[in-house]
Amino acid sequence: MKTTGKTRKYIYTITLFFITLSGFAQMPIFKRYYIADIPGFGWLAQFYVTHIMHYIAAIVLIALVTYILIDFMFNRSRLIKITRTGYLGILVLAGLIVTGVLMVFKNLSNIYFGHTTIIVLDLTHLSLCMMLLFVSFYSVIRKKSWVI
Amino acid sequence: MTSKISRRAFLKGSITAAGSVVATTGIARAAKSITREKQEPLVTLLDISKCIGCEECVFACQQANADKYPEPEKPFPKMYPTSKVPVEDWSDKKDVIDRLTPYNWLFIQHASAIVNGEQIDLTIPRRCMHCDNPPCVKLCPWGSAKQEENGLSRIDPDLCLGGSKCKTVCPWKIPERQTGTGLYLNLLPAFAGNGVMYKCDRCYNRLEKGEVPACIEACPEDVQTIGPRSEILKKAHALAREMNGYIYGENENGGTNTIYVSPVPFEELNKSIEKGKGKPHLNKVKDMMADGTNLAKAMILAPIAGVAAAFGKFYLSSKEDK
Repeated sequence: MKTTGKTRKYIYTITLFFITLSGFAQMPIFKRYYIADIPGFGWLAQFYVTHIMHYIAAIVLIALVTYILIDFMFNRSRLIKITRTGYLGILVLAGLIVTGVLMVFKNLSNIYFGHTTIIVLDLTHLSLCMMLLFVSFYSVIRKKSWVI
Repeated sequence: MTSKISRRAFLKGSITAAGSVVATTGIARAAKSITREKQEPLVTLLDISKCIGCEECVFACQQANADKYPEPEKPFPKMYPTSKVPVEDWSDKKDVIDRLTPYNWLFIQHASAIVNGEQIDLTIPRRCMHCDNPPCVKLCPWGSAKQEENGLSRIDPDLCLGGSKCKTVCPWKIPERQTGTGLYLNLLPAFAGNGVMYKCDRCYNRLEKGEVPACIEACPEDVQTIGPRSEILKKAHALAREMNGYIYGENENGGTNTIYVSPVPFEELNKSIEKGKGKPHLNKVKDMMADGTNLAKAMILAPIAGVAAAFGKFYLSSKEDK
């Protein structure tokens, strides 16, 4: 049981790292600010590479979140309680997944979203990402667990 | 012409917009746009054999779109790091018409080829291909580029920050940047953005009024035709059969809304034309968004995998309990 929890945490941390990195790489900033010049980081300036990486990380994240949700509902809901920080984190994560999935759908051929919808989705996704980072760092620094 | 949006207004608007999305407009509008009945995209057909290279289309394009051209503020703000942010200024070179620039969205490319043992010169009007699934629109991080249901794609000069990602991901490198104009001037001009990207918008404002794009109207040789996709594709194939010719644009980048028909193979034309900055190639182009589309399909399986793993765990633990 303990091993499963640790594995879950590692997968979540690695996924969160790559999804955030590849997400920020969607903006043309890594080339401008020399990050892509660091040996081994050149791929951060290749938009198609980071786009694919973002999608792969999103697939892992959605699978993991579904697993945790079902596991909580059937196995752990009587054993653990979600904290206020946990509810905030879950809400932000859910928002990121919903806006992200809509953006993936928007990127398919012959799908037209209204211009305002696209701008709102882009900005909401970015804002929620910043919020998730804030909640995650707050949880780590202040040692606030999402469940007790 | 770009209208000015203050930094405060932009941030205020962004925060308000971000706050309201989950609850109301964003998803609702998205759902509405998904369910709306689809309009067949408009496609342009260019019969290269008819083009005489008179450049009437180029001048008509410039005249029709003159009020959309940038009027940069000089001196340009210093942009950091200076070695990484090139100043791209075309405002003193507005008369350049032998390539794409922020002030010239259509130009004529010249090619020579042998047809029936005879050397002929061909001229090819070149501009944005208006892809079916345009990477410039789909991958723009701010939603500054948009695709309309009639198939055209265009860049909003009021929102574009000039990061040039659209150009990097465009298989033909079509958009061109003008520094010193647009929204970035009102945000953090020293550290983010570098102007506005410009390209053919297929005269969206004329199409809205029921008129055809200026380049089509001005052509004395009727090189271009515009119409619904199915109709134009039928015409293109009939024309290609008739001249024993070749088609470009139907399958490039997964399909575009610009179809060229030529009496000469496009591989030959591609060898002959001058290529480089502002002068797009005529290579075969794979579907740049295909990997993303395949992964999007795989994404449907992600929650199923999650559910299966959770039930697997539940099954194993209940077996252990017994």
